[in-house]
Amino acid sequence: MRERRRRLQALVKKEFVQVLRDPSSLLIAFVLPLLLLFLFGYGVSLDARRIRLGVALQDRGAPAHSLAAAYAASPWFDVRQSRDPRVLLEELLAGRLRGVLVIPQDFSRRRQQGEGGLVQLLADGSETNTANYVENYARGVLGSWQEIEGRRSATMVEGGPELVPRIWFNPELESRHSLLPGAMGIILAIIGTLLTALVVAREWERGTMEALMATPVGIGELLVGKLVPYFLLGQLALLGSLAVAVLLFRVPFRGSAGALLLTSSAFLLAALGQGLLISTLAKNQFIAAQAALVSGFLPAFLLSGFVFEIASMPLPIRILTRIIPARYLVNSLQTLFLVGDVWPLLGRNILVLLLLAAIFFGLTARKTVKRLR
Amino acid sequence: MNEVVSVEGVHFTFPGGTKALAEVTATIRPGRITGLVGPDGAGKTTLLRLLAGLLLPDAGCIRVLELDTRAEGRRLSELLGYMPQKFGLYEDLSVRQNLQLYADLRGVTGAERDAAFGRLLAFSGLEPFRQRLAGQLSGGMKQKLGLACALIRKPRLLLLDEPSVGVDPISRRELWRMVQELVDDSLAVVWSTAYLDEAERCAEVLLLNEGHLLHAGPPAELTRPLQGRCLLLRDLTGNRRRILSRALGRPEIQDGQVLGRDLRLVLRADAAPPAVADLDAGSGARLEEAPPRFEDAFVELLGGGPPSVSALAEGRPVSTPVAGAMVEADRLTRRFGDFVAAREVSFSIRAGEIFGLLGPNGAGKSTTFKMLCGLLRPTSGSGRVAGYDLQRAPGQARSRLGYMAQKFSLYGDLSAKQNLAFFSGVYGLTGGRRRQAVEDMIDTFHLGPHLRTSARELPLGFKQRLALACAMLHRPSVLFLDEPTAGVDPLIRREFWTHINGLVEKGVTVLVTTHFMDEAEYCHRIALIHQGRVMATDTPDGLKDRVRSSQRPEPTLEEAFIELLQRSWQEQEEVVG
Amino acid sequence: MFGRIHALLIKELLAILRDRKSRFILIVPPLVQLLVFSFAATQEVNNLTLAVLNLDRGRPAWQLEQRFSAASPFRRIIRLQHPSQVAATLEGQQALAVLWIPADFSVNLATGRPARAGFLLDGRRTNAAQIVQGYARRIMTELALEDSRRQPAVALEVRHWFNPNLEFRWFTVPSLVCILTTLIGLLVTGLSVAREREMGTFDQLLVSPLQPLEILAGKALPALLVGVAEGSLIVLAAVLLLGVPFNGSVLLLYGSMTVFLAAIIGVGLFISSLSMTQQQAVLGAFLFMVPAVILSGYASPIENMPDWLQSLTLANPLRYFMIIVRGLFLKELPAARVWSQTWPMGVIALVTLSAATWLFRRRLA
Repeated sequence: MRERRRRLQALVKKEFVQVLRDPSSLLIAFVLPLLLLFLFGYGVSLDARRIRLGVALQDRGAPAHSLAAAYAASPWFDVRQSRDPRVLLEELLAGRLRGVLVIPQDFSRRRQQGEGGLVQLLADGSETNTANYVENYARGVLGSWQEIEGRRSATMVEGGPELVPRIWFNPELESRHSLLPGAMGIILAIIGTLLTALVVAREWERGTMEALMATPVGIGELLVGKLVPYFLLGQLALLGSLAVAVLLFRVPFRGSAGALLLTSSAFLLAALGQGLLISTLAKNQFIAAQAALVSGFLPAFLLSGFVFEIASMPLPIRILTRIIPARYLVNSLQTLFLVGDVWPLLGRNILVLLLLAAIFFGLTARKTVKRLR
Repeated sequence: MNEVVSVEGVHFTFPGGTKALAEVTATIRPGRITGLVGPDGAGKTTLLRLLAGLLLPDAGCIRVLELDTRAEGRRLSELLGYMPQKFGLYEDLSVRQNLQLYADLRGVTGAERDAAFGRLLAFSGLEPFRQRLAGQLSGGMKQKLGLACALIRKPRLLLLDEPSVGVDPISRRELWRMVQELVDDSLAVVWSTAYLDEAERCAEVLLLNEGHLLHAGPPAELTRPLQGRCLLLRDLTGNRRRILSRALGRPEIQDGQVLGRDLRLVLRADAAPPAVADLDAGSGARLEEAPPRFEDAFVELLGGGPPSVSALAEGRPVSTPVAGAMVEADRLTRRFGDFVAAREVSFSIRAGEIFGLLGPNGAGKSTTFKMLCGLLRPTSGSGRVAGYDLQRAPGQARSRLGYMAQKFSLYGDLSAKQNLAFFSGVYGLTGGRRRQAVEDMIDTFHLGPHLRTSARELPLGFKQRLALACAMLHRPSVLFLDEPTAGVDPLIRREFWTHINGLVEKGVTVLVTTHFMDEAEYCHRIALIHQGRVMATDTPDGLKDRVRSSQRPEPTLEEAFIELLQRSWQEQEEVVG
Repeated sequence: MFGRIHALLIKELLAILRDRKSRFILIVPPLVQLLVFSFAATQEVNNLTLAVLNLDRGRPAWQLEQRFSAASPFRRIIRLQHPSQVAATLEGQQALAVLWIPADFSVNLATGRPARAGFLLDGRRTNAAQIVQGYARRIMTELALEDSRRQPAVALEVRHWFNPNLEFRWFTVPSLVCILTTLIGLLVTGLSVAREREMGTFDQLLVSPLQPLEILAGKALPALLVGVAEGSLIVLAAVLLLGVPFNGSVLLLYGSMTVFLAAIIGVGLFISSLSMTQQQAVLGAFLFMVPAVILSGYASPIENMPDWLQSLTLANPLRYFMIIVRGLFLKELPAARVWSQTWPMGVIALVTLSAATWLFRRRLA
């Protein structure tokens, strides 16, 4: 038993010395996470603010001007106004405007006669998500303009239904608040999968794995010897990212350190298991790198629910996301950051992650079985 | 004496279907070094991995130290020392960290550990380098460290996989001496090697070729039948290469090689030696009996010697002799940061000369070689090929040189024919000349049956032929060869040198780097390179003459090399002191 | 000169196409990625769950509930019985939103007082929350305006140009065409020099009479051919398999694709000259690829980024190519507009190719 512990300590220590001396490990463990955090912190924002909208004001009446002014005053839009819709439509085609609102010639006349009136909105459907926002915001502005107008002209009836929306956990709906926890999930996936896959493949390539295997080291010790250092490295990267997210990007953290530790531990076990499995199957740094990117990074990016809504994906892909460890981590991290310790949710995620980890390790141990090919 | 290893009827096939070992039966005893000998791809590494329990045989049984590798691999690993190829070192760990790692893994602790470290560091001479990273050690030091790591807990079976590859001859000798000292009744050593001269020194040899065990026993058993059949043709006058070519054409001669100023010939079994006069080697020539070498025996086992003439050279017109140097190095110097890889290297090579760069890995021979074929820009000094300066007229210089790299760098995904087509295109051959050149090469090297095979899948011998064919398509007047025959079997090496000899006869100039001493013997002249400097430039015999003494009347080239190295160190020390 | 480049070109194409594995890598994964990602990478919201806490038994409350349940983002409705359930429902992500109709809703409405209903959203899923909030407001406004005592409401007629049904895939697929073309261009060039270095054939090329420029051209041209072929394959798959319309000019597509690939190949060759091993080349390609995609306007609109970052995206060739390809697929972008996005890519190509050449020569010295 003491023998075993000494062997493990030696393997772990060796691994740390190597990480600190190898530029590509340092790159993956420290540079890449920072790059990703900054990219997601600054580069990705789903909060569509100041969308460029063209307002074609074909009518000179007061109500038309008032409506146009309401759009110009809205915080959602950056308005460009013109009499001639053709100019604006040209800009729309060029992608410089995301939508064009046309207030037609008879708008004021019809309003003054107590009719409804019609306004047209042309949105750039090639930017689908933005088009969605344009439509929703345009309706919002129009709705509140009518209310104010109604009150002024005293045609407003008292009362009526009213919606009071409240956004929990993230009242300003800052996308950064949910994207950064997601980005941290990707970072852990990269360290767990890519880095582990590469370092094990390197041992095969340099012939050191062969030398280790000819010593009394058992297969379990070899696996654990790889696991411990990269587990700690992953936790370190998580801590660093947490600091950047909270201190620099001002994302609130409402969970407890213990819950975070449990969640990230369960995830790292699964991701490291995946990385070890890849490197055992690949045994060549090049293939290992590609397999890790394809099975680790891309799903973490696309299928974890961090940018794209899982519920909206087709059924086969929704099923696929269930075996992606990053899905559970991203979900737990978002909860820990924005909500707090929601144990029913966190506990379920941790259990699934542990199950995935057990499967990956089982397969790895079976494939390595201390034999060379 | 008890046997340490018994191998019985072992077969091993790789998952891809390649047969690595077939029906191998052998025993290994303690108290001696057993050589595991054979060319690359013979199955040496596979057999060692089987012995270490890292692989399991498909059929047959291996017992090591009374343990079955199949069932008791774990216990076996405690009794085993194993040094894989590339020595199994962590290059980004220091010497001490590597030793500590393996000590921990083998459970060597406390006083035992201090004693082991002291013993191994002293024994390997690595004491002063404890803090240095393994990746920054020289080849010789790496190999000693690898050995030290394998010896942390004294093993009962020590397996060394090609320990002498890429190491200078002095370190090779030292390593041999170190291992020899270790051997006692409780330790068996298996030393795998592709160098046949190392096989001769082993007490016992397992000779492998293409997965088959050709011989097991003392090397002398193999060489004994050749006793009396090996002859040295000495004091000859006239052209050695032509005399060799004629001699190889005679029915009674099986094998022959240039050995400096002499020729070494091997007779067929039961053949009478030829009359000296028939060899047309001048009036003073005489035949002398020589001791047989392991390589002779191997060649005989493989079924005979090289062809007498080179079809490649036959088809080539004799080039008009050029006055002056074909290749010139003029105070070539190359620095990498603080490190001077080559310092003021100068020599010049005449047309039709074979010039060798001899030295251990890292001595600067590759750096010099690369500067001369334009792969590396010198920090100062200049190089010329066929009169063209490599810096000023690289295009002209390059179109006159042919280049064949170590490990036959061909395009593995392309077929033999496509490789030929590609290289002919790259050298600017077009139309009829291109077709003709490709056809000629196919005929010359009998590549016909393999034209559609991917270069990667060609048998080793054909790979080498194809590589030479690709280098010769544009009929260069200078041929650059970088370790051209490392790891191939002696037959392929002999065929290769037949072509080179033939080409040289037609006026082609050859620059070759090597660390094989017998390859160096083919050279007209050799530059001995060490620590970035040319230590001596001379004919092989000239180098031997420099160290000839009464104690050593017949020095080998290797002995000469070692002696000259040591002298130059002494001189340096005297200058410093 | 042409003969030598021709030989290099043939060699490079053979090396890519003769090997079954590399043929496979070039054809199957891009198509699979196109299919999977075009379905997965959607910012549409549907299939969501709505929780309803209706404490009012009146008919208007029931109508309100019905309106919400019928809204397109919602597939599943859970009914809550008590306000105490709300927190757990949202926290545990059983529903994205909770519609809370208080007990006095119907009464307030009938008596002309403001009748308020609460709508609680899970802010963790910012995109979905934002869109669903928009839907909810619209439903409520419509309901309010149906009140006959008011002046008839202004109708907003919305038309989505270029994509009338606002199909998300029409946005994703052209973007994926760009991303996958980038990936292929990078991998083919990025790995090829590193692979030759590892195999030792690179020295073989260097000692031949080939000029460094010829070697680079011999690497760039096959990559261009393969990239254009792959691009065509992916465009075909997009149109035939995924049914995305292609309205623009094919000629303009190929023209701009060539310029774009030249820029990417310059980056690939730069990475290639820098790395000694294939593994380093893969990491290098990755390090370029991730920022290039994120800052291309695909993940989120460029105008949402801070100004300094927006200026940085001007150096990203993918940014221009995205606009062109999306425009050609959906907008029938005219030549002048394509040109205005192509010339910056040309400038970038010039820079990356010269940088690659410079580095390549330097590394040879």
